[in-house]
Amino acid sequence: MKNTLPRLAVHKFSSCDGCQLAFLNAGEALLTLSRRAEIIHFSEAGWENPLAKVDIAFVEGSISTPKDLERIKAVRESANTLVTIGACATAGGLQALRNGVKQFADWVGDVYASPEYIQSLPESRPISAHVKVDLELWGCPVTGKQVLDALGDLLNGITPVNSSEPVCSECKRSGHVCVLVSKKEPCMGPVTRTGCGALCPAFGRACYGCFGPAEQANTASLAKQFEHMGLSAKDISRRFLFITSATQPFSDTGHGYLEQEDV
Amino acid sequence: MPIPHYLPHSSLQQLFEALTEDGYAIVGPQAKENRIDFGEIRNTAELPWGIGLIQDAGASQLVDGPKNRCFAWANGPQAMKPLLFAPREPLWQIRHGKNGYVVDAINPETRRLAVIGLRPCDLSALRIQDQHFLEGQYPDSHYGARREGLLVIAVNCTHPAATCFCASTGDGPGAKESFDIALTEDDNGFVVETGSPEGEQILARLALKEALSTQMETAADNLRNAASSQRRSLVSDNLRDVLMSRLDHPHWDEVAERCLACGNCTAVCPTCFCHAEIEEASLGGNHSLHSREWDSCFGERHGYIHGKQLRPEIKQRYRQWLTHKLATWHDQFGRSGCVGCGRCIACCPVGIDITEEAAALLK
Ligand code: SF4
Ligand code: SF4
Ligand code: SF4
Ligand code: SF4
Repeated sequence: MKNTLPRLAVHKFSSCDGCQLAFLNAGEALLTLSRRAEIIHFSEAGWENPLAKVDIAFVEGSISTPKDLERIKAVRESANTLVTIGACATAGGLQALRNGVKQFADWVGDVYASPEYIQSLPESRPISAHVKVDLELWGCPVTGKQVLDALGDLLNGITPVNSSEPVCSECKRSGHVCVLVSKKEPCMGPVTRTGCGALCPAFGRACYGCFGPAEQANTASLAKQFEHMGLSAKDISRRFLFITSATQPFSDTGHGYLEQEDV
Repeated sequence: MPIPHYLPHSSLQQLFEALTEDGYAIVGPQAKENRIDFGEIRNTAELPWGIGLIQDAGASQLVDGPKNRCFAWANGPQAMKPLLFAPREPLWQIRHGKNGYVVDAINPETRRLAVIGLRPCDLSALRIQDQHFLEGQYPDSHYGARREGLLVIAVNCTHPAATCFCASTGDGPGAKESFDIALTEDDNGFVVETGSPEGEQILARLALKEALSTQMETAADNLRNAASSQRRSLVSDNLRDVLMSRLDHPHWDEVAERCLACGNCTAVCPTCFCHAEIEEASLGGNHSLHSREWDSCFGERHGYIHGKQLRPEIKQRYRQWLTHKLATWHDQFGRSGCVGCGRCIACCPVGIDITEEAAALLK
């Protein structure tokens, strides 16, 4: 019986390990999961079997080193379905802030005592830049519900729902105070995809865009509104060039304001 | 027409007690975290005494208001809508049974609500929502269950916001119908009218005096001033034909440059009723929960039919919103879908103003 269960793997690339906690923190759902699937590889939880064939591979982390690049090809080969989890795997992550920085080599020298041990690709890029991805779950970190819902759908043989509506929709359903209109906070909710359940506005603070762009992210208009609210070009660029800085249209809008700041 | 009475502020608590005796849970406005929010209250002290509200395009701010008033503001982002049309609710669960699938209906838990503080625009919106959810061929049982036994205590508007334009749509600032009790506040209390036998029955127990003619004149004056103070307006005619003949107007592109497609306008609009249905299959594979949630014509799902997105761009989505609200609504409901509450203007992060957009399109 056991070997007929679908086989799962959870892989880590360049990342902080936080998204894998969606599984580790799942509590009772893990017992249910153990009846529906077999975990073959999941280093953080103790299963080491990185090249075994699996039905579904979850991938955390971006492609940031030459070794990542080799490994991701093998992981793709090993899995029928590949699901990226989190901002790093889906958008290149916070580490993509280095992309396009001219003095990158100097930085490595400044930061590390023995820079010769550091092997980084010039850019941190999402998994989809290198191999075919079947489903992308955004968020920094992803939520447990998001991952388990998607996994449940895959195990049940249905296409996972992966909403790209803006955080505002969820914010309004939850009845939170709009921090943008009532506190003039530079909330990124109108251009950020939902998934977090409007977590930041629930605590009275502005969304900082950790789930990446929503389906129709009109970043130019929101940035203009931030200008009216008195934000400097630098502050505006930082709103867009943060957790998912390498993703369009956040990238273009953010760099546009960054250049204004430079002149 | 029953004779108006006068309810001094000092007797408002008696009204609350009468409602509680009759088994109503009281829902009313409170000043919370920089906005007016409707929630359950028991004591009149919880009302927003001394609170004012400044609203403008994309802006809403609580300020100090007249000390001896608790209704010296116009409206918050929501009032009646989420109480009857839940933002998200389960409808049924489907599970494996011995002989195939079993569907268990999930009925909402309901209580008899007495809602105090609904504005005349809210009452017009309530009529539209009733028409939509209850008067068609397939009445909505969840909405219906919440609607049943609802007692409406309306409060006429003496302090419209800069975003209000109910005078031009004919929906305010005074309520004409669809209430059990209607109040008009002055510095000492309220002129009270009743609009239903339930309302009369409750008021009869409060031993109120008839309103003096001076009190009634003050109330009428305040409402006249409220109407004439409104700076925004919407042409009240049926705009159906003229708007539908301008589907290629260049102004749609101009709005689309500003519009974020965030859907805030539709979420706060008291007449918007669109929803999406979602299915959450359990991880264990033995059951699945079917829910519905507020949806918006600005969202991706709304214009999607199998294999095709009918409204891929913001321009088409804004046009859908405005032409439904102000044009095709007439075909569906015999009136415009806008009751002049101004919520979509105050709650739009970039301050898009339906009255200005309509005016630009009509030019
Ligand atoms: S607080 Fe932010 S996410 Fe919520 S409605 Fe306002 S702009 Fe949107
Ligand atoms: S509100 Fe924005 S920043 Fe906060 S968790 Fe959600 S997506 Fe991330
Ligand atoms: S369209 Fe705007 S002003 Fe009109 S009823 Fe809706 S929210 Fe109120
Ligand atoms: S009109 Fe304003 S509130 Fe409505 S979707 Fe556009 S930006 Fe959002």
